[in-house]
Amino acid sequence: MIDDDFVKSLLGGRDFLNLLHQEDCLTLSCDSSHLVSFCEHLRDNETFDLLVDLTAVDHGVDAENRFSVVVHIYSLVHKSYLRIHVDCPDNESPSIPSICGVFPAANWHERETFDMFGIVFDEHPNLKRILMWDEYPYHPLRKEFPLAGIEVPLPAADVSEVTGAAVDPAPMMGGPFVSSGSSRISESEPRAKDESWTEKTEKPV
Amino acid sequence: MSTTVKEVQVGDVGARAEMHADDGKMTLNVGPSHPTTHGVLRLLMELDGDRITRCEPVLGYLHRGDEKIAENMTYNQFVPYTDRLDYLAPLANNVAYAITVEKLAGVQLPERCEAIRVLICEMARISSHLLGMGVFGMDAGAWTPFMYTFTEREKLYTLFEELTGARFTTSYTRIGGVARDIPDGWLPKVEKFVDELPKALDEVEKLLTRNRIFLDRTEGIGTISKEDAIAFGITGPNLRASGVDLDLRKDKPYSGYEKYEFDVPIGTRGDCYDRYLVRIEEVRQSILIIKQVIATMPTGLWYAEDAKKIFAPQKEKIMTSMEELIQNFMIVTEGPQVPPGEVYFEAENPKGALGFYLVSKGGGVPYRLKIRAPSFCNLSILEKLAPGHMLSDITVILGSLDFVMGECDR
Repeated sequence: MIDDDFVKSLLGGRDFLNLLHQEDCLTLSCDSSHLVSFCEHLRDNETFDLLVDLTAVDHGVDAENRFSVVVHIYSLVHKSYLRIHVDCPDNESPSIPSICGVFPAANWHERETFDMFGIVFDEHPNLKRILMWDEYPYHPLRKEFPLAGIEVPLPAADVSEVTGAAVDPAPMMGGPFVSSGSSRISESEPRAKDESWTEKTEKPV
Repeated sequence: MSTTVKEVQVGDVGARAEMHADDGKMTLNVGPSHPTTHGVLRLLMELDGDRITRCEPVLGYLHRGDEKIAENMTYNQFVPYTDRLDYLAPLANNVAYAITVEKLAGVQLPERCEAIRVLICEMARISSHLLGMGVFGMDAGAWTPFMYTFTEREKLYTLFEELTGARFTTSYTRIGGVARDIPDGWLPKVEKFVDELPKALDEVEKLLTRNRIFLDRTEGIGTISKEDAIAFGITGPNLRASGVDLDLRKDKPYSGYEKYEFDVPIGTRGDCYDRYLVRIEEVRQSILIIKQVIATMPTGLWYAEDAKKIFAPQKEKIMTSMEELIQNFMIVTEGPQVPPGEVYFEAENPKGALGFYLVSKGGGVPYRLKIRAPSFCNLSILEKLAPGHMLSDITVILGSLDFVMGECDR
């Protein structure tokens, strides 16, 4: 049971934790330097062992603590979720320690959060983009990134016609189906042989 | 790297391979467009002969930026996007999303609305599992069961069409209710369908469950231990097949699931065969739930009437009453008004626990909506699961995991 005693014993002696609220589930904020050891404690001693979700929230360009990582862990014993907010110390180059070593499930979630927000997870075994392609230059879920793309002085006419915004198409090099067909497949995308065009060379008519 | 590499021509269009001359290993690329990958999953595998030594899933080919889109539209406008997550069970996605927002808004739903939602969730589960099992059989080389399950699924889609107006992209729920009441004479048709379904299931079972070839290809293949399943965050039938008793309909009942009696099938070994058995039993349990819902379907309203800032009033009232006209105008232009706060809700969907993490700063537009897709989490074990298996096992493993890329990539 998640009751007051449980919360008291969890918070007791851990001054890096703060109780935020208990509206839909127990919500704590945790200092990033103690995150890994606290997660280990949750997994081994408190039966919170099923990491269901890890994501981040961008509180806006002007916010004091811009990025916070939000972790949801489920306990099969308590039949309850636990939410941990971790503020990223630096707004310019946010980074927090990776909890991959504690919860293998965090691996892909952390890659996604890095992809979408640019938050670096220190000591992650394989921190690279997962949903966008490797050469994609932006972190699309940041609040300063507009839905239609970043506006440019000389937009592409066909894209502007559809989106109604003065934007270029997203750079596709290295992206889905646009990598060069000649390099090794373990390093590039597979593609049909006759589509030898890239961004630099025109598609053969 | 100075490794000598020789490109190998493979018969399949979606596959290319290269040989490494020094260690004799081969890199094989499968997908992103390949029949065994059920969509646009790409697998980069390293093979030693026929044995997989490394498997790296490459995702993102169906990424549409749903979470970014959600931040730019009102709550009801996002409902159609939830259809396109797990597009094999759109009704269940609609319900999970609506409940998330309602939880934050504090909306109490009438009993009839909750019962309708349970009914459509279970119908979605049947439809999704029917496809999952049929395609799984096909992956293992059995074509015929697919024909049987698809025939039944077609009947379900006709029922969905009658209820929602669409067969595939249903968009049936609204925040605070459902789009329309169930039509007259629809429930008896559902009852007739669930009465006849067990017969078709028996036929599928006759073709698959004790089929020697199917057993040889699935038993002991792709075994996920209890510990691994929890560590990798697997949910749904895949988790239960590994012997973990976690069903959110039982453990954290929502939408009135606690009123209905049903069993949660649990596997013992966690191999591909167990995952098949769990799914087929879940369909039988869903039939039981549907029968109970139909027998006890409450009368009354199918939307929360007192949620004036959440659910738009009925059309007749909008046309005749000034107050309702304003109310409708506000909901359509500004969106349902949700107080500031955060909420996380997971529903037991056919593929696993579909979670929504919603952060609101007030108003009609979400500040942040994170979609926790079960297929995304379930696939993450592939890197650990595939090595050690033969190449031909990968089709069976993928089929048994029953994922949807629309949900995985979002």
